[in-house]
Amino acid sequence: MSDLQKIATATPLNPRKCGIIVGASDGIGAALARKLAKEGYTLALLARRKDKLTELCTEINQSTGSLSALAYVHDVANYDEVPDLLRKITADLGGLDLLVFMAGVNYPPGLNNYNFDGDRQMIEVNVIGAMAWLSPVAEMFQNAKAGQIVGISSVAGDRGRIGNPGYNTSKAALTTYLEALRNRLTRHGVNVLTVKPGFVKTDMLKAAQGGTPFAIEPEKAANDIYKAMQKRRQVIYTAFIWRYIMLIIQHVPSVIFRRMSF
Amino acid sequence: MALRVFLQNNMNKTFTQLENFGHSLKAPSYLVQPKTADEIYETFQLAKKMGLTVTARGGGRSYNDAALNGGGIVLDTSGMKQITEWDSTTGLVTCEPGVTLQELWQKVLPDGWWPPVVSGTMFTTLGGCLAANIHGKNNFKAGPIGDHVVEFTAVLPTGAEVKCSPKKNADLFYAMIGGYGMLGVFISITLQMKHAYSGLLEIHAWPTSTLKKQLSDLEENAPHYDYIVGWLDTITIGHGQIHAARSLAAGEDPNASENMQLKNQSLPSRLFGVMPKSLLHYFMSPFFNNLGVWAVNNAKYIASLRKHTFRQSHAAFHFLLDYVPLWERSYGRSGLIQYQSFLPKETALQTWTEILSLAKKRGLPSYLGVTKRHRPDKFLLTHAVDGFSLAMDFKVTDASRARMSSMLQEFDQIVVANGGRFYFAKNSETTAETTLKFYGNETVAKFKKLKKRCDPNGLLESDLYRRIFGE
Repeated sequence: MSDLQKIATATPLNPRKCGIIVGASDGIGAALARKLAKEGYTLALLARRKDKLTELCTEINQSTGSLSALAYVHDVANYDEVPDLLRKITADLGGLDLLVFMAGVNYPPGLNNYNFDGDRQMIEVNVIGAMAWLSPVAEMFQNAKAGQIVGISSVAGDRGRIGNPGYNTSKAALTTYLEALRNRLTRHGVNVLTVKPGFVKTDMLKAAQGGTPFAIEPEKAANDIYKAMQKRRQVIYTAFIWRYIMLIIQHVPSVIFRRMSF
Repeated sequence: MALRVFLQNNMNKTFTQLENFGHSLKAPSYLVQPKTADEIYETFQLAKKMGLTVTARGGGRSYNDAALNGGGIVLDTSGMKQITEWDSTTGLVTCEPGVTLQELWQKVLPDGWWPPVVSGTMFTTLGGCLAANIHGKNNFKAGPIGDHVVEFTAVLPTGAEVKCSPKKNADLFYAMIGGYGMLGVFISITLQMKHAYSGLLEIHAWPTSTLKKQLSDLEENAPHYDYIVGWLDTITIGHGQIHAARSLAAGEDPNASENMQLKNQSLPSRLFGVMPKSLLHYFMSPFFNNLGVWAVNNAKYIASLRKHTFRQSHAAFHFLLDYVPLWERSYGRSGLIQYQSFLPKETALQTWTEILSLAKKRGLPSYLGVTKRHRPDKFLLTHAVDGFSLAMDFKVTDASRARMSSMLQEFDQIVVANGGRFYFAKNSETTAETTLKFYGNETVAKFKKLKKRCDPNGLLESDLYRRIFGE
């Protein structure tokens, strides 16, 4: 393991990109970590669960044959930790080119129930947790006039529906926040990508109520995200069909929509 | 305290994408621009508190990672640019580290002096010049710039200010010059200028048909000139041209005092009096491929076949690199790297023949070759030998990176096996293993011991340091 202790120095002939994935321990986050490491990124992987995170880092480092993933245990609700942790990670990685904010929680209250605690946690993690990371990184990238930000929102943010008002709200807020960052940062050469996954076969899917049409594997989502990053796209749906589904849903008049059990 | 407080609240605002001079390596860092020695020390304290490392940066003219510190603090000293003392009778000048060679020669030339050693560009800062212990086309005679430093003051990461000269704190003097800023940061530098009796140099130019001839011409002619430099066509491996220059003695130039005026030294900013030269690199870039360089090199060689003698201003002769502003942009999007090896005169010909044929075989030729004559010096991390150096520029492209990387590792093996050394304002790919081989265990251990003494917390680190001295 001794040759894996330090990250190789970047040189003109062996350049490397450095990225942070917040919420990397499973699902799309883990799949994207594997994909980006394979494409030559050096990554800081953040999550709450230490065992899962270390396992993933070991797996990635073994498959790339070099130190390309570092583990940092972090709960995104601990906002105050972020500035120091961000600085430490940037120094450990030797720079920063990419931030992926992936962390998210989903507490469906059930159709006839209301659950303020769940709503509050969803806002704390999905929105305020995101801002705690996105805001300082946006400031750094704006000044460096370089970098890429990827935010994982959801199709759930496109319309308020009967099933999960808190989750809809948190993702709508995140989508809007990312849009605002995009409008601020594009002129400084920074790309902001909003990813809106539909159903993805992860732990979170088990919480979903009702049918889960067009569900995709996390690897498929990760590939879509990587492709969009390379093309420096603005907003993508994964799977792609959700673009059209949501286009229709967004245009259903309220007078009809509020009578639907959808 | 002001700077420290400002930084504590605005660290993210200082985040800056820095590059090497060849635009081939990017490293985002927190860029801090101190104006005083106190502010440098404040930055060290802040770095310690935040767990960050610090690298000093001057003109940013290194071809590699010497002034980069990805994810750490970069201390840009180019704002400290006072020439604090200039004595035109003794030729002693004292400067802050951010003074550039341009500012220096423009100050001293009208009084009949010239910097004893200059690099191929005048946009380097004196702090950087000392850190890399630069050499010029007169290295065989004048040694590196360190040989002309009378005294310097540096601030160490511990906050101590040390004054060093060849007599006082000699161990630090010989290690900090050429120490790439890894022991401390220069805050004041006193240099001895040399007399100039004219603003012009007399230059002899002649062609050389083989590498062997070029090296023997350099060796035989060096003693008779003040400066000597060879251009080598590294594609045909052999065609070349030598420029040898002599300073004019007192009385040789009837218009001496007028020629020393700055207006007669300036590089023209327009080509043929019409086109701004800042646009020239756009017209050059179509030639920066294997075929284009081959054609240009042949045309250049044919033009050089006429042996001739002419007089040229100091600035025009020394700062050829500044003649075309932004020339490095001609290499395209991925930039360029430079590979310079220093070899003893006994092995130089055989070694370079070997590596140049290897480059040819791999289809990765260098686009520019420059040879110089050198002599050894007393500095701890010296790159000089009693022999020659060959500097080569390589264009970086996405398609050739991996192949070029392995080729340069092979070059390193060949050079080190033949007693060669490298210069760390240039080489960007040389590894810690190779570095240990040519410096030797004793030298590296001695440097690290001094490092421990000057910088016990390991605050001074650059990407270069991690690459060549990393454990």
